[in-house]
Amino acid sequence: MIWQSATEFWAMGGYGVYVWGSLGVSAVLLALEVWLVRAGKQQALDAVCEAMDAESTEQSDADKISAPRVPAPAGAHSARTVAGASA
Amino acid sequence: MKFFAYAAPQNFYPLAGRLGPVLALLASALAAAGLWVGFMVAPTDAQQGQAYRIIYLHVPVSWMAMVIYLAMAFWSVLGLVFQTRLSGLMTRALAPTGALLAFLSLWTGALWGKPMWGTYWVWDARLTSMLILLFLYLGYIALSSAIEDPRRGDRAGALLAVVGVVNVPVIYFSVKWWNTLHQGASVSLTQSPRMASVMLTGMLLMSLALWLYAAAIALWRVRSLILVRDSHATWVQQLPEVLAYRAVRGVA
Repeated sequence: MIWQSATEFWAMGGYGVYVWGSLGVSAVLLALEVWLVRAGKQQALDAVCEAMDAESTEQSDADKISAPRVPAPAGAHSARTVAGASA
Repeated sequence: MKFFAYAAPQNFYPLAGRLGPVLALLASALAAAGLWVGFMVAPTDAQQGQAYRIIYLHVPVSWMAMVIYLAMAFWSVLGLVFQTRLSGLMTRALAPTGALLAFLSLWTGALWGKPMWGTYWVWDARLTSMLILLFLYLGYIALSSAIEDPRRGDRAGALLAVVGVVNVPVIYFSVKWWNTLHQGASVSLTQSPRMASVMLTGMLLMSLALWLYAAAIALWRVRSLILVRDSHATWVQQLPEVLAYRAVRGVA
């Protein structure tokens, strides 16, 4: 260790403003970047969830349109065969 | 070929997830060592006093600002030639970190210039070409994100990244080609370093730490970019972390 005291360390031979201004801003901006990337992961997961929600909505819409056409006659038909079989 | 298999985002996503934390841990350890050597062990500079200690930030951020641009150009060439999907995503993931480091190069340089040269800024070849590098990063980010079709955005950005790469040797050799206020290279490949070995050790530790940091943060960022780009793909929608996040979100 080259410093005699903490005061001497912080003073940086009278260049404290420049040295700590460099180190401080660098540290703050790198920390900010890490925080932003972490938030970005959250946003990405939200985007995936929205895509999944949109797809499941499309799927259920498709079911609603096709629902009355296909299963209803099939159900009616099977009911008739059941009724016919029991008769 | 195994290497090209990772050009598929689906294969690269888990690899990035495994590499990222290891690189981040190594970066933290090396940064701690570098700061200790640079601020606690290295002696005072005979000419510049304690102000020279800015070198432990200024040189690493400046080097990495250039290296990241070269990496972006590398990915861009791969993307333009092979049409690999990962390339555009990696270029996009690197750009914000490159811009940040280019800004920090100018910032730490200004704070070093004021006490040593008496001015924060001069329109000198080294400083101006570094400012152009910052603008290239910002231009890349603006261009690639302004185009709605992501693959077209990738291609336009790649073109800009490749064209702009001529600026990197200009920055590097500017102190040789022009008579500038900026001092010559601190470390050169062709001659032995003109600085005390303990100072050099601190600077190299910090540079390696920043290199690993840049790799870690780009891998972390590219994972999010992959998720968004492939949000409609089954492999993304079936990822355990996506299902877990969706379950928690559904309750909230």
